[in-house]
Amino acid sequence: MSLSKIKFDKKIVLSFWIILIALIIAAPTLLPVFRLNLLGRYLSLSIVALGVDLIWGYTGLLSLGQGIFFALGGYCAAMYLQITSASEFPNNIPEFFALYGVEKLPFFWEPFRSPVFTFLAIWIIPALVAGLIGFLVFRNRIKGVYFSILTQASLLVFFNFFNGQQKLINGTNGLKTDVTQLFGQMVGSESMQRIFFWITAILVIAAWFFAKWVVKGRFGNILIGIRDDEPRVRFTGYNPVIFKTIIFSIAGGLAGISGALYTVQSGIVSPQFMTVPFSIEMVIWVAVGGRGTLLGAILGAVFINYAKSLVSEALPASWMFIQGGLFILVVTALPEGVLGWIQGDGPRNLLQRFGLKRKIETYPSLEVNNKEGNNE
Amino acid sequence: MNNKVLLNLIDITVSFEGFLALNKLNLNLKKGELRAVIGPNGAGKTTFLDVITGKVKPTKGEVIFKGKSLVGRKEHKIARLGVGRKFQSPRIFENLTVKENLEISVTTPKSPLNLINKSIKDEQLNEIDRLMKIVNLSQKVDSKAGSLSHGQKQWLEIAMLVGQKPDLMLVDEPVAGLTDEETDLTADLLKSLSGENTVVVIDHDMEFIRRLDSNVSVLNQGTVLCEGTMETIQKDKKVIDVYLGRPED
Repeated sequence: MSLSKIKFDKKIVLSFWIILIALIIAAPTLLPVFRLNLLGRYLSLSIVALGVDLIWGYTGLLSLGQGIFFALGGYCAAMYLQITSASEFPNNIPEFFALYGVEKLPFFWEPFRSPVFTFLAIWIIPALVAGLIGFLVFRNRIKGVYFSILTQASLLVFFNFFNGQQKLINGTNGLKTDVTQLFGQMVGSESMQRIFFWITAILVIAAWFFAKWVVKGRFGNILIGIRDDEPRVRFTGYNPVIFKTIIFSIAGGLAGISGALYTVQSGIVSPQFMTVPFSIEMVIWVAVGGRGTLLGAILGAVFINYAKSLVSEALPASWMFIQGGLFILVVTALPEGVLGWIQGDGPRNLLQRFGLKRKIETYPSLEVNNKEGNNE
Repeated sequence: MNNKVLLNLIDITVSFEGFLALNKLNLNLKKGELRAVIGPNGAGKTTFLDVITGKVKPTKGEVIFKGKSLVGRKEHKIARLGVGRKFQSPRIFENLTVKENLEISVTTPKSPLNLINKSIKDEQLNEIDRLMKIVNLSQKVDSKAGSLSHGQKQWLEIAMLVGQKPDLMLVDEPVAGLTDEETDLTADLLKSLSGENTVVVIDHDMEFIRRLDSNVSVLNQGTVLCEGTMETIQKDKKVIDVYLGRPED
């Protein structure tokens, strides 16, 4: 009885993966370039959502500042692309510097000439910044709503700093990537975008497995313990500060990767990545998809953003209302998010309400066991 | 060996903005001792535990545990030194299973690297099995702790406490909300733990304290009013006045 169930589950899982991989391979031929590019961007956003799920869904840290790490990753990628495509411009430095009369490359640009450094910087720099901010905040036992406010304040600090630094990083205009070259090809070209789509799809799956590995077992249980009762974790002999710093740093690193992928597919990185609404949206994706489900974070990010672009095309002014309504609906009717609702008792309760399923009279586990016992 | 002092509280004073929760409290615990602490509401029983476990820093005074001062140490460091605590209302991780709860408690070392890298040791799994048998939760291994009954939650928390292998167990109201039968079993369990471990039990329930058959410290207004066996303190005039009422009650 239980054996057949396991086999059944395995078949579902296997067919899920086959369909998924087939879709990823076929997407570039099935979808027009414009749609493919949008899908690629939204998939890259699902990586930052995975990070939000790790820190909020599992550890209970509601960060409203993930945009910082997202933008840092984006800037790292954009700086590399700009500097390696600058050979035809005066002084061999990116074009925008000339606008502000800068003739010498600012020192922190230098290491971004190296592809290896950039590749590491995209996730290590955001992870280190997150780790540092996190450690200082957690060490002082700042939590709950104060933590959320603090992360949002940090976001504003970063936003204003990046916005004002024309001579260093082109300030409010941001850094364009679509007209830069990578391996002799234009980054914004169709063939490059197709490759970026595949890279994104692979990295989403990799990030998903990584996140699953992190929350599996005792490490993940401690995170849940910190979310539910932090003092208890402390009195059991664990130091929550270290655990929280590690997971916040991991979420920062994921945000960085996400930001870099998003940048190369949208063609620009700018301080707009660090606006307050965007970081709040990241939280909404996870809330709607399902906190603490990982897959829910991915689906939430992709579907909400796709809905956003479809709705915005049809009814330009109404998306904000729909998004707000969606959030209110989830908070009031589906506090566990859509996936959490499906995994829980949601569908059964709904069927019962319409009289389509027998009501449970005792505990669900007893009821199910008895039924299966009778069948045998 | 048996007469060795494990815990020494010297002139502990805790002041919350002028209100003295503890006032020059002195208390000694020998290794292997079972000690009951009673007192009326607001006597400072829970603050007394908070001071030992590092949750509250005393305004004055010194806490010596195994020859080391505990004052100013972080909670998790004190826990690692060997002080375990069970809370008043059962505090277990409701979204984890019984087994996962116990894993958290028996795991050593409690570092992130150890947790993420290695799987749990066999001896720790055996210890979990043993603990679940002691508290009658073997049938519930994979149930969510939140689905347990109140009494089972209390026992799970006691099992988690034992799993930590502390030298000193601080048990705050372990029988609150338990049935008479469960209360008796809990008393036997705590008695069986002393000897090897040092146990401090805080409670209101006089029947339960009597069953523990141990030395009793009576707290009142943040200080130790009286110490001795149940018989002695029941005859003590001061104790009768503040707490017990007339013997006929």
